[in-house]
Amino acid sequence: MKNPREVTRSDVIMMIGIGIVASVVGIALGLWIDWFPAAAATQATSIDTFYDVLIIISVPVFVLVTIIVLFSALRFRVRAGEEELDGPPTHGNTRLEIIWTAIPSIMVTALCVYGASVLSDIDAAKADQIQVTAYAQQFAWDFEYTGTNGNKFLTEQMYVPCKPTTEAAGEGAPCVGRQIKFDIKAVDVIHSFWIPAMRMKQDAVPGIVTHTKVNPIRLGTYPIVCAELCGIGHSIMRSTIHVVTPARYTAWLAAKSAAKTG
Amino acid sequence: MPAQLKTAGWYRAAAFTLLGLAFSFSLTTLIRSLYGYTPLIDGAAITIVSMIAVPFFFLVGLGAFDYWFYWASGRPTRAEDHASHGAHSWRDYFKVNTDHKVIGVQYVCTTFFFMFIGGLMAMMVRAELAAPGSQFVDGQDYNSLFSVHASLMIFLFIVPVFAGLANYVLPLMIGAPDMAFPRLNALSFWLLPIAGTLMTGSFLMPGGAFASGWTAYAPLSTTQPLGQMCFSIGVQFAGASSIATALNFLVTIITMRAPGMSFWRMPLLVWANFATSLLVVIATPFIAASQFFVLLDVALGFHFFDATIGEGRQGNVVMYQHVFWFYSHPAVYIMMLPGFGIVSEIISVKSRKPIFGYRMMAFSLLAIVLLGFTVWAHHMFVSGMQDWIRVPMMITTAIIAVPTGIKIFSWLGTLWKGVIHLDTPMLFALGFLTMFTLGGISGVMLAMVPFDIHVSDTYFIVAHIHYVLFGGSLFTIFAGVYFWFPKMTGRMYNEKLGKIHFWATFVFFNLTFAPMHVIGIQGMPRRVADYADQFAAWNFAISIASFFLGLSSLIFLYNMVNSWRNGKKAESNPYRSLTLEWQVSSPPPIFNFDEIPTVVGGPYEYGVPGAVHAIMGSAKPEPVAAAVGSNTESQEG
Repeated sequence: MKNPREVTRSDVIMMIGIGIVASVVGIALGLWIDWFPAAAATQATSIDTFYDVLIIISVPVFVLVTIIVLFSALRFRVRAGEEELDGPPTHGNTRLEIIWTAIPSIMVTALCVYGASVLSDIDAAKADQIQVTAYAQQFAWDFEYTGTNGNKFLTEQMYVPCKPTTEAAGEGAPCVGRQIKFDIKAVDVIHSFWIPAMRMKQDAVPGIVTHTKVNPIRLGTYPIVCAELCGIGHSIMRSTIHVVTPARYTAWLAAKSAAKTG
Repeated sequence: MPAQLKTAGWYRAAAFTLLGLAFSFSLTTLIRSLYGYTPLIDGAAITIVSMIAVPFFFLVGLGAFDYWFYWASGRPTRAEDHASHGAHSWRDYFKVNTDHKVIGVQYVCTTFFFMFIGGLMAMMVRAELAAPGSQFVDGQDYNSLFSVHASLMIFLFIVPVFAGLANYVLPLMIGAPDMAFPRLNALSFWLLPIAGTLMTGSFLMPGGAFASGWTAYAPLSTTQPLGQMCFSIGVQFAGASSIATALNFLVTIITMRAPGMSFWRMPLLVWANFATSLLVVIATPFIAASQFFVLLDVALGFHFFDATIGEGRQGNVVMYQHVFWFYSHPAVYIMMLPGFGIVSEIISVKSRKPIFGYRMMAFSLLAIVLLGFTVWAHHMFVSGMQDWIRVPMMITTAIIAVPTGIKIFSWLGTLWKGVIHLDTPMLFALGFLTMFTLGGISGVMLAMVPFDIHVSDTYFIVAHIHYVLFGGSLFTIFAGVYFWFPKMTGRMYNEKLGKIHFWATFVFFNLTFAPMHVIGIQGMPRRVADYADQFAAWNFAISIASFFLGLSSLIFLYNMVNSWRNGKKAESNPYRSLTLEWQVSSPPPIFNFDEIPTVVGGPYEYGVPGAVHAIMGSAKPEPVAAAVGSNTESQEG
C-alpha cells in the first residue's frame, strides 16, 4: 500500500490544477463583484483598472498559501501510531529561499512602477481648469466659485459642467468635462474632501491649502463625504456634486452670480 | 500609624492615592494663586495634574519603589531574600512581585481583562451600526466608544500581552533564572493597570471619554473635552511600561543567555522579542512626544497645532501626524513580530520539523525592524504632506512585504512533509498563516498610492487592520496562550473547547471583517455613527456576525478559567518540545532551573537523530549529546 505521507508527481499536478482553478475562479469573482460606485471621473477609471490588476495578482498569492496549508493539514496530519514520529530534518533550501525572495521583489517593484504611473496620470494638470475653493468646517462644506461677473460666491451644492458625448443627456450619460481643480481649506479641524464616485480624496488641513483634481466623465449627482474624523457631526458632514450639461451649468452660474451681486 | 500603612500594599497605596490627590490640589491651587488666576480652584487643572501625579503616589504606596528608596537613602535593602518571588496564593498576584513568571501571568490576565472591555465596546459600536440612523448612542458617545476600543486593544492588550507571554517564557527559553531587572519588570507591569484605568475611566469625565480616535489627530484632539487627557496621559504610562520592558528584554537576551546559547541557537521567539524590543525602544518615545504636544497644547496653551486660517497662527498640523506615525507604524510590527515568534515555535513543534530557513527567519525580522522605520508616511498619502514623499514611501511599504513573505513561505516549508498535530495552538497558527496573508495582501494594495487615495479612512482600512491585528496578532496570541497554558498553570486546557473556540472565531471573524472590504470600496467612510442606506444590508450582516464573534470569546474564557481550576495536571513537556522552557516542571521551579543548563545545539532539531538542544548542568568536556537516544528521553535532561 502507498505511504500516505509520500508526495507523488500526481499530487503535485493535482495541487497545481486546483490552484489554477481556484485562482481563475477567485479572479473571476474579484472582477465580477461590483466593488466601486459608478465611475464619474477619469481618475476613477484609472484607479478601477489598477484595482483589477491588484486582484489578478493577489488572488494567486492567497490561493498558493491556502493550498499548501490545506494540503499539509490533510496529508501530513498525525495518524494513529505516528504519535512519536518526527518529520524529515529539512533545515532549508537556499535555491527555494532565493526564489521566494526574488519573485515577490519583482512583483512589488512592478506594482510600484505601475502605481507611480497611475499616480502621475490622475494628478496630471490640464490647461482648461475650473478652480473651486472648498471650505471645510464642522460639519459642512462650502464651495467658492468665481461668478460670471468676476465676483466670488459661496455655495453648499457643487455644480460642474460636462459635455455629453451621446444624444442622451440624462443621469449616467457619458460626457467630457473640464478639469476641476480644488483648493481645499479647513477653518477648524482636519477634514477630508472625498468624492467616492471620482475616487479622489484630500485632507483639508488647518493652516495650509491642499489640492486635488478631477476630470468628470459622467452626468449625475454624487455625494461628497468628509472622510476624516472631525467631531460629533462627522457622519453628517456631507454635500453633493452635480455633474450637469454645460448649458445647465452656465445657467446655474449666472443665477448664482446674479444673486450675489443683487 | 497603623502597621498596614507602613508596609507596602493596597492599604498604603490607598492612603498614598489620597495623599496624591491632596498634593495635586495644593500644587495647582498654589500655582494659580501665585499667578493670580481666577477662579483659584480649577477642576480641569486639578484633574490633569492628578492624572499625572496620583499614579506615582499610588505606585510608591504599593511598594514599587521601596527597594530603590531604601538603597538611595542608605538603609539596608532587602535584595537577596527573594521574598517577592513566586506566588503561593491568588493574593500574591495583586502584589508587587519580581518573579518574571508571576509578572507574566499578571500581564496576561490584566491584558485579557482589558481585551474583554475593549471587545464589549466593539459590540456596542456594532449595535449602533446595525441599522442606519441613530440607535442608542449620540455622535460623541459613538466616537468615544471606537476611540477607547482601539486604544485599549492596542495599548492595553496587544502590545502588553505579547510582553506578558514573553515575560513568562523568554527567560526560561534562554536558560535564565529571571529577567535582568526584576524590579523594573514589576514596575513595568504596574504601570499598565494605571494606563487602563485612565483610558477606561475617561467615560466618567465631564464631556465623556476621549473621542478623537486612537490616532488623536490635532487639532481635533486639542479642542476636545477633558476626557482627551486620559488618552494623552494614559499613553505615557503604557508607553513607559513598554519601553522599560523592552530594555529589560534587550539586556536579558544579550547578557543572560545560558552557556552555549549563541544568538544562532536562540529560539525564534527570542529573536522576535529582540527585534520587537529594538522597535519599542526607538519608536515609543515618538508617540509619547506626540501626546505631550497635545497635553501641552490643552493644559498650558502651547499652540503647537493651532493653525486656524485667518488668525495668523504658526502651528503645524501635519507635524503631529509625522511624529505620531513614526511610532504608530513601527507599532504594527511591535504588535506582530512577537506573534511571528510564537507561531514559529508552534509550527516547528507541531510539525515535528526544524524551522525552514532559520537564519533567514531571523534576518527577515531584522529587515522588518529596519524597513519598519521607513514607511510611516504611507498613512498620510492624503494628509497634505509634500507630494514627492508619496512614491518613496509606496516603494518602501511594498518592499516590506518581501521579508514578511519570506517568513510566510518558510512556515509553509516547515509544514511541508511534517507530522502535523492539529490541536488548538496549531489551528490558530494555521488560521494566522492564511488570515495574515490576506491582511498582508490588502496591505500591499494600500501601499499603492492611487488605490489608497480612494480607500484611506474607509471601512477598507478597518477591514485591513482587523485582518492584521485580529487575524494576525490575536490569532497568534490565542495560539500562544493555549500553547503555554500547561507551562504557566500546570494544567491542561480542554482541547475540544479549544477547537470549538478556534472554528467559531475563524468563521465569525471572516463574516465580520471580510464584508468591510466591500463597503469600504463602495464608499463608506470609517468612524461614522450613521451611514447611507445603501450600506444597510451589509452593516446588519456584519453586526450579527460580530455578536457571534464576541460570544465565541466566552468559550475561551470558560475554558481558561475552568481548566486552570480543574484541568488535568500537565506534564513538564506534553508536546515533546526541545526548547528549554519545556525541560523544567509545569509550572517551573521558583528560580526556573535547579541547575543552569548548557546549550549544545539548535532549538528545533526535530527529526535529527540524537539531537539535543540543551543539557542540564555544565557541559562535560565531551558533549553528551550523542549519548542521548531520542528526543523524548531528553525531557527532564
